[in-house]
Amino acid sequence: MKVKDGIERKLAAGIADLHHLEVVNESDRHRVAPGSESHFKLVLVAEAFEGLGLLARHRMINALLADELAGGVHALAIHAYTRAEWGERTGQAPMSPPCLGGGRSAAD
Amino acid sequence: MGVLMDVMERIRQQVEGNPIVLYMKGSPDFPQCGFSQRAVQALRGCGAQFQYVDVLQDPEIRQNLPRYANWPTFPQLYVKGELIGGCDIMMELYQSGELQKLVKEAA
Repeated sequence: MKVKDGIERKLAAGIADLHHLEVVNESDRHRVAPGSESHFKLVLVAEAFEGLGLLARHRMINALLADELAGGVHALAIHAYTRAEWGERTGQAPMSPPCLGGGRSAAD
Repeated sequence: MGVLMDVMERIRQQVEGNPIVLYMKGSPDFPQCGFSQRAVQALRGCGAQFQYVDVLQDPEIRQNLPRYANWPTFPQLYVKGELIGGCDIMMELYQSGELQKLVKEAA
C-alpha cells in the first residue's frame, strides 16, 4: 500500500469528526528519488482540535503517524484547524517551503 | 546509558541556559532546509536575538533531541526552556503576533 494511503487511513481513523483532510505528497520538491513518499503536507479540519493548543494538535498527529516518521517519512508540514478557524482562513492552508538540500538521514 | 544521559543533559543546559534556542539544519545565514529557513525568517522578523544549534554538525543531538521534548522533526524552537514548536507552529504564531510577544518577554 502507498504511504499516502496509510497516512490518510490512520488520520481518518484516529481523529474524531474529521471534516476535511488533505494529504499532499510534496516529495518531488525535495532532493529525493523520483516517486519517493518522504515529504508530506497535511491539512486537517476537525472539531477534535477545539480547545487544544498547536503543540497538542501536532503531537496528536505525530503520534498517529509515529511509524511513518520512524520509517521513510522525513518531513510533515502540519496545518490543523477547527472548523471555525478554517472558515476564517477561507479554506486556505499555507504553502510549504522549498528544499535547500540539507542533511538527509534516517534519523529525521 | 552514560552517553544518553550526557546528551540529554547537554540539551537541557542549552535550552535552559539560553532564553531562545533554535535547533535547525544549517546556520541562520546558510540554512540547509526550507523549514529551518522559514523558522529563522520568523525569528528575525520578530527582531529576536537567538542561539542556534546546527543539528547537521552534531549528530548526537540530532539523534536524541526528538526524545527530549517528544517532538520528531526539525527545526525546534525553545523559549525559556520550553518547546514552542516547529516551523508550521512558528509561522502560525508569527502571523498571529504571538511569536513577537513570546520572544520579547524572553529577552
